[in-house]
Amino acid sequence: MNVHDSHRADDRHRALERVMQQHRLRPDSLIEILHAAQRQFGWLDRDVLGLIAARLRLPPSLVYGVASFYHAFRLEPPGRHRCTVCTGTSCHLKGGSRLLQQLEQHFGIACGATAPDGSLTLENVRCLGACGLAPLIVIDDEACPHASFGPVVERLTASLDGEDTSP
Amino acid sequence: MKTPEPKNEKPTVCGGGLKISVCLGSPCLASGAEGVLRALREAWGEKPIAVIGTGCMGPCSRGPMIRIERDGYPTAYYERMTPQAACTTVAAYLAGAAPEQGRLAPDFPFIALQTRVVLEQCGRIDPCDLNSARAAGGYRALAHAIGKMTPEQICCEIGASGLRGRGGGGYPTGTKWELVRAASGRRKYVVANGDEGDPGAFMDRTLMESDPHRLLEGMAIAGYAVGARDGFIFVRGEYPLAAQRLGAAIVDAGKAGLLGRNILGSGFSFRIRLRIGAGAFVCGEETALMASVMGRRGQPVIRPPYPAQRGLWGSSTLINNVETFGCIAPIIRNGAAWFRSVGTPGNSGTKVFSISGDVATEGVLEVPLGTPLRELLAMAGGVSGGSFKAAQTGGASGGCIPASHMDVPVDYESLKGLGTIMGSGGLIVMNDQRCMTDVARFFMHFCQDESCGKCAPCRTGTQQAARLLDRIAAGEATSDDISQLEQLCRFMRETSLCGLGMAAPTPVLSTLRWFREEYENHVRDRRCPAGVCAMEGTPCRD
Ligand SMILES: Cc1cc2nc3c(=O)[nH]c(=O)nc-3n(C[C@H](O)[C@H](O)[C@H](O)COP(=O)(O)O)c2cc1C
Ligand code: SF4
Ligand code: FES
Ligand code: FES
Repeated sequence: MNVHDSHRADDRHRALERVMQQHRLRPDSLIEILHAAQRQFGWLDRDVLGLIAARLRLPPSLVYGVASFYHAFRLEPPGRHRCTVCTGTSCHLKGGSRLLQQLEQHFGIACGATAPDGSLTLENVRCLGACGLAPLIVIDDEACPHASFGPVVERLTASLDGEDTSP
Repeated sequence: MKTPEPKNEKPTVCGGGLKISVCLGSPCLASGAEGVLRALREAWGEKPIAVIGTGCMGPCSRGPMIRIERDGYPTAYYERMTPQAACTTVAAYLAGAAPEQGRLAPDFPFIALQTRVVLEQCGRIDPCDLNSARAAGGYRALAHAIGKMTPEQICCEIGASGLRGRGGGGYPTGTKWELVRAASGRRKYVVANGDEGDPGAFMDRTLMESDPHRLLEGMAIAGYAVGARDGFIFVRGEYPLAAQRLGAAIVDAGKAGLLGRNILGSGFSFRIRLRIGAGAFVCGEETALMASVMGRRGQPVIRPPYPAQRGLWGSSTLINNVETFGCIAPIIRNGAAWFRSVGTPGNSGTKVFSISGDVATEGVLEVPLGTPLRELLAMAGGVSGGSFKAAQTGGASGGCIPASHMDVPVDYESLKGLGTIMGSGGLIVMNDQRCMTDVARFFMHFCQDESCGKCAPCRTGTQQAARLLDRIAAGEATSDDISQLEQLCRFMRETSLCGLGMAAPTPVLSTLRWFREEYENHVRDRRCPAGVCAMEGTPCRD
């Protein structure tokens, strides 16, 4: 870890500590604090879970149990890019599930998994509440309404290629 | 682009009196509404034209939507706006014209035929501006309730209105409030259920994003009525914009003395906190939701005790759906009798539906309870891409309505009679290109994914049922498999611990009831009539 990274890590820990203080270290705020930790670090590793357990005075097993119960919490590092395919009812009817299968095949990653080189995570969500835009895909927090295979692959490939130019 | 103000015209004719609203609901934002707003503001600033951002206007699939109001002209809605098109349209208005391009007909049924009670101010006010909400009557009901009514009177009024819970069950709201009010104990809680986990439902998101103060007001009135000082809003994690706007609204209302300590100088205090869901459908179930609010795994527990008896931290807790709270302020303002005059006896008031799938216009509709399904479809511009086959209500816990029952009045009992439920208001319309076994299989996989695993009938039942449905879809099933599926479904319905497992079989049983021959086509003829399921002899579409 270089100096720059360790500064960033310190900042993140400080931000997490601030949130925990805002919640007055109350154990019932655990889920809010896990959300905050994931916002800072992108995922929840054992160290962070351990730290939260210690600060909230909860058994680590309980903290892990809660984190692993909910779909939203990631216990493995996500890829540098994320592609989320909606497989809610409308999106399924209009081809969302098929699109997900095609993307799985094309990129050789299963839904929920990350490419071995850490470039891309493919995941699904059961309805984003914007069913009028079905099938809906979100790439790195940007929505792609009425998505279809060709343009999505193009866009993803462009982001993946674009990586080399940015440090 | 900058269009100069036309000269030689009085500001009242051009510019003055021109108000442009840009929909900033999340579907319209996903379609590019922010660019439209920016372009309009850059071109004209705040003056002489008012350009405001609002919540959802209704026909979300036609976004980005804008509305143009001008003295002496009928209000006009424009669909599918780009920054360029919006500026051109407004420039034309300034020149005294009202261009046709992109304009919805003045009597566009999706908008014109709605009866807006809960969504009254959605798409009209700026959801990020408390003054905008107050100018439209926001918090007047709260002031009236705490200034002029006793808690008993409020519970009585809500009871007399006939309001029933909009979260799906349809339990009388007044009765629930009275139970919590009468409960002993120093601490009580009010919880708004904004989990909206049913795929295809987006009514609650719409209200939370478009008029967050309406929810806060309803909750504060509830707090006063039942004797609670603390409230929680449980917002689905997939709705970041709703959470953000609610968070800001809570802060603004607190600063204005409408929430927090000593509300409006009355001595009544009520604090609201947000809880963000973490992606578990089962957390919509009230006991699981409470576990989640307290920071635990969201697993249901057997009722009784009901939350009204023993809820958050062991205290009596009132849990209502977001839309239920959205009905409160209008009832207090206009009275129970007025609310009863909307809808049908036993089903008073309106219901918000999110309609999507194979219809010409997808979005959010509010109509009186008891409106026939056929009318709802007509409002959405009719079925697209084929003829009407079925409409799914109640999501994964509900069933479908076939073409032969299109005239069913949409109310709690009529839908139950058809083997489905009202549910929270998600309405998915399917044309004849859709395969009903595929729909059943889809919902069963959803329930399998979302089962919390606490009880075996649901945990293993959903798994086995999903496998049977997979076999049917693959053309590998025998007729024994169908009867096994039916048996399994009955077993799950009778022995599961919570509503998720109890209702998981409904989509299967309902499609079997109305579309049994389609199952038989898959099994006997190894054929998917709609051509959706991949099997021999049909084009591979799955
Ligand atoms: C599996 C399951 C999911 C549910 N999801 C929701 C939901 O997303 N929103 C909701 O308001 N109620 C949901 N409910 C119903 C709640 O348990 C509860 O009855 C409701 O919030 C009460 O509010 P109401 O009386 O205003 O309808 C769900 C129930 C079950 C069994
Ligand atoms: S029915 Fe399903 S969701 Fe409900 S408690 Fe049992 S396993 Fe959990
Ligand atoms: S089903 Fe995809 S947004 Fe609702
Ligand atoms: S979000 Fe814009 S019309 Fe619904």
